[in-house]
Amino acid sequence: MSDEKSARVLVVTSGKGGVGKTTSTAALGAALADQGDKVVVIDFDVGLRNLDLVLGAERRVVFDLINVIHGVAKLPQALIRDKRLENLYLLPASQTRDKEALTEDGVAKVIAELRTKFDWIVCDSPAGIERGATLAMRHADAAIIVTNPEVSSVRDSDRIIGLLDSKTEKAERGERVDKHLLINRYHPWRAARGEMLSIDDVLEILSIPLLGIIPESEEVLRASNLGSPVTINAASSAPARAYFDATRRLKGEEIPMQIPSESRGLLNKLFGRKAA
Amino acid sequence: MNLFNRFRRGSAPVARERLQILLAHERNARSAPDLLDTLREEILEVIGRHVSFEPDKVLIKVDRGKCVSTLAVDIEIPNGLRPEGVAPPLGKLVPDQVCNEGAPVIQQGAA
Repeated sequence: MSDEKSARVLVVTSGKGGVGKTTSTAALGAALADQGDKVVVIDFDVGLRNLDLVLGAERRVVFDLINVIHGVAKLPQALIRDKRLENLYLLPASQTRDKEALTEDGVAKVIAELRTKFDWIVCDSPAGIERGATLAMRHADAAIIVTNPEVSSVRDSDRIIGLLDSKTEKAERGERVDKHLLINRYHPWRAARGEMLSIDDVLEILSIPLLGIIPESEEVLRASNLGSPVTINAASSAPARAYFDATRRLKGEEIPMQIPSESRGLLNKLFGRKAA
Repeated sequence: MNLFNRFRRGSAPVARERLQILLAHERNARSAPDLLDTLREEILEVIGRHVSFEPDKVLIKVDRGKCVSTLAVDIEIPNGLRPEGVAPPLGKLVPDQVCNEGAPVIQQGAA
């Protein structure tokens, strides 16, 4: 914490629940930390926190975001350092049922303090378009919109894109929040058969740049079961590689997009066998 | 037959088409409130320079038609003069003595 930093604030958001915001936050946060950057992931889902669980830190939570906002604890007391990656920190959400506990001023202060200490602040948004979701995106420099190739998810993503263009600090200053699409739970063989919206369909409808395609994989479920992000737990698996590529694209590297396809890859062969 | 083809080719094309139509509609609806707010603000400002009215007695309505859309602005203006001390307007409202429900008469020039 010696040298002064200036973090980039990311929000991982989607509108719809259950599309993979929390697993993506954990996987991307761990991937960024693994590459040497100092990262804090913040859970904004007050009352329904889960980022702690996905990161395997559920038994280490003492203080949380709300405690910091209310002055019960200092920020460093609430930050939980990951046991595997020394550059990765978690700021957990509170389990309080009082949603009003999350105040706009409080969040602004916490983000401002974290900005000077980290390279990346990754805000895990709750589902919906209420207070928690709007506060998670409020200070974002860039947004990662997690979308499943499925009608309700795409529709809700479109709604969230609208909010990012109007309700964020950057939007209010007349600037634009960089938006990146992360397509999650993609089944290549279903898309090939016309059973699922294709990557091109989703891109054409939402018209924001593609950050990555995370294939449906049992490794993601396994990682959550074990409380270890897929980018740590199975770093060479297809979803982990897709997350690693996504972080490099976030940093501005030009990396060709790997679209998982029917014909290539061990993963797809395994899926193919299952489907047969 | 059409349905049969859809099943054979998969349902993704239908999903795509439905989303495109729906989102075009929703994006329109989303931008409309902002436009209405701006219109309301600016129209009321201009009218307020000349006549006084109650801000909550204003109705602004947009009807979207296929070829033509209409914008209706309905402002209830009390039959009274502007309060004193305000710059005189071009046309001045004179209370209608005969009928309270009739349209106010606008007289040109000074009284």
